[in-house]
Amino acid sequence: MVALLGPNGAGKTTTVDMLLGLLRPDAGRVEVYGRPPHEAVALGLVSAVMQSGGLLKDYTVGETVRLIAVLFGKSRAAVDEALERAGLTEIAGRPVGRCSGGQQQRLRFAMALLPDPELLILDEPTTGMDVAGRHDFWTAIRDDARRGRTVVFATHYLEEADAYADRVVFVRRGRVVADGTAAEVKALASGRTVRATLPGAEAATLERIDGVDRAEVRGDTIFLHGNDTDPIARYLLTRTEARDLEIASRNLEDAFLTLTADEEKK
Amino acid sequence: MTAVAIPDRTLPRFGGFSLGMIELELRRMLRNRRTVVFTFVLPAVFFLLFGTSGDYRTERLGAGNVTGYVLVSMAVYGAMLATTSGGAMVSVERAAGWSRQLRLTPLSPVAYIAVKLVIAMIIGAVSVAVAFVVGAFSGAELPAYAWVACGLLAWVCALVFAAFGLFMGYLLPSENVMQILGPVLAVLSFAGGLFAPVDQFGHTFATIAKFTPAYGVGEIARYPLTHTGNLWLSTLNVVVWATVFSAGAMWRFRRDTARG
Repeated sequence: MVALLGPNGAGKTTTVDMLLGLLRPDAGRVEVYGRPPHEAVALGLVSAVMQSGGLLKDYTVGETVRLIAVLFGKSRAAVDEALERAGLTEIAGRPVGRCSGGQQQRLRFAMALLPDPELLILDEPTTGMDVAGRHDFWTAIRDDARRGRTVVFATHYLEEADAYADRVVFVRRGRVVADGTAAEVKALASGRTVRATLPGAEAATLERIDGVDRAEVRGDTIFLHGNDTDPIARYLLTRTEARDLEIASRNLEDAFLTLTADEEKK
Repeated sequence: MTAVAIPDRTLPRFGGFSLGMIELELRRMLRNRRTVVFTFVLPAVFFLLFGTSGDYRTERLGAGNVTGYVLVSMAVYGAMLATTSGGAMVSVERAAGWSRQLRLTPLSPVAYIAVKLVIAMIIGAVSVAVAFVVGAFSGAELPAYAWVACGLLAWVCALVFAAFGLFMGYLLPSENVMQILGPVLAVLSFAGGLFAPVDQFGHTFATIAKFTPAYGVGEIARYPLTHTGNLWLSTLNVVVWATVFSAGAMWRFRRDTARG
């Protein structure tokens, strides 16, 4: 599973649309499994779960899947299997208009499974889902990926990339800024953060402490960033009134912020 | 990079045009109560309201009676409504993003349009049949051949409005396109002499009426009964409007698919 991670406007959806032949690149050429995208899509080599839309309210869940099956020349057995794998068997007779956001997204997943694609693309698949819906959805995807399918998902949820991706590709303003495992990408923005409660602290004073690269003050809470945090902690506990001290290695979110930082300054 | 062995895959025949899709689409269309009422019930009700008074049943017209004349006009109106709403389905589907979803399948755009046209013509045929059955039991008199000929002509000529529906479906991205097209069709039907013969209008209106799209279809469909009117002019009317609407639909359709 590969995560395509980046802030809004980074070019994730554009990339996905080009892979699916829904958009033509302004320059250059897109090939999927050695073919033009629309051909790969028509052959069912690649399929996708889109962010929203793409469903008709007056079809039932089962009919929607059957229609896609008819178009790909698949049997009724394939329909039942796709419904089963997406966890929709029980609501196959329900009109799409009466399904929750999570159920609709699982329906899109069932539709994407039908051609039995080599590559499954998910474009921000959990937008608008509640926590339980999100969990069920990712469980279904993970189970599917274990059977050997390549899954690429675009997301701006860091936790999702961190939790589910074997490889994370960071994009920003149409460029890849990092590419590796979640751990490798995290390491790009190295260092740790000491968090403590210290009323009345000033960032400028804190930055003079040995080992502190950058200090932040948010109300009574201070955040001190640095590569070697032990001397910082020692200093805080012995020379100041700081309490509630915590040391954390940076998570993917920090890496994300570091890698996308200069965008925010502009 | 390791090469992945990919099993051979093939494309469906006829660009994805299939009976299975037509069946599912038809079922969906008939589930929509508004569609059923407007395309199947309304024309028959109009016929019963406007065409079955005592005078009309006894007054002879051509080889049948006036009730029969009104019936054919209403059948044309019903076929227009049915085929237009069939074509206009594309509007709802584009609004819902369904057309985009279908682009992720082997269904070719041409096959998609073909399916829409077939659906439009099927519900058009049902609409004509419903009106004719009601008419047969409500005093409409037509010679046997005219029942068949008028019905077929009303149905086939309604292809013009399937093209009209497609054109409008691509032009108007609205979710409720038929709420706009319903009144438009009523006006066109009135102007085209389906609700009242055009020679009952003033001279100027009668002349204008002959250039409106419903006029030609109505005149041709009624011809086996009346044997009056200028068949060549009516045919020209139908051909010109069919060309205009098809060209319009093609133009919008090309723009719609060109983005990919």
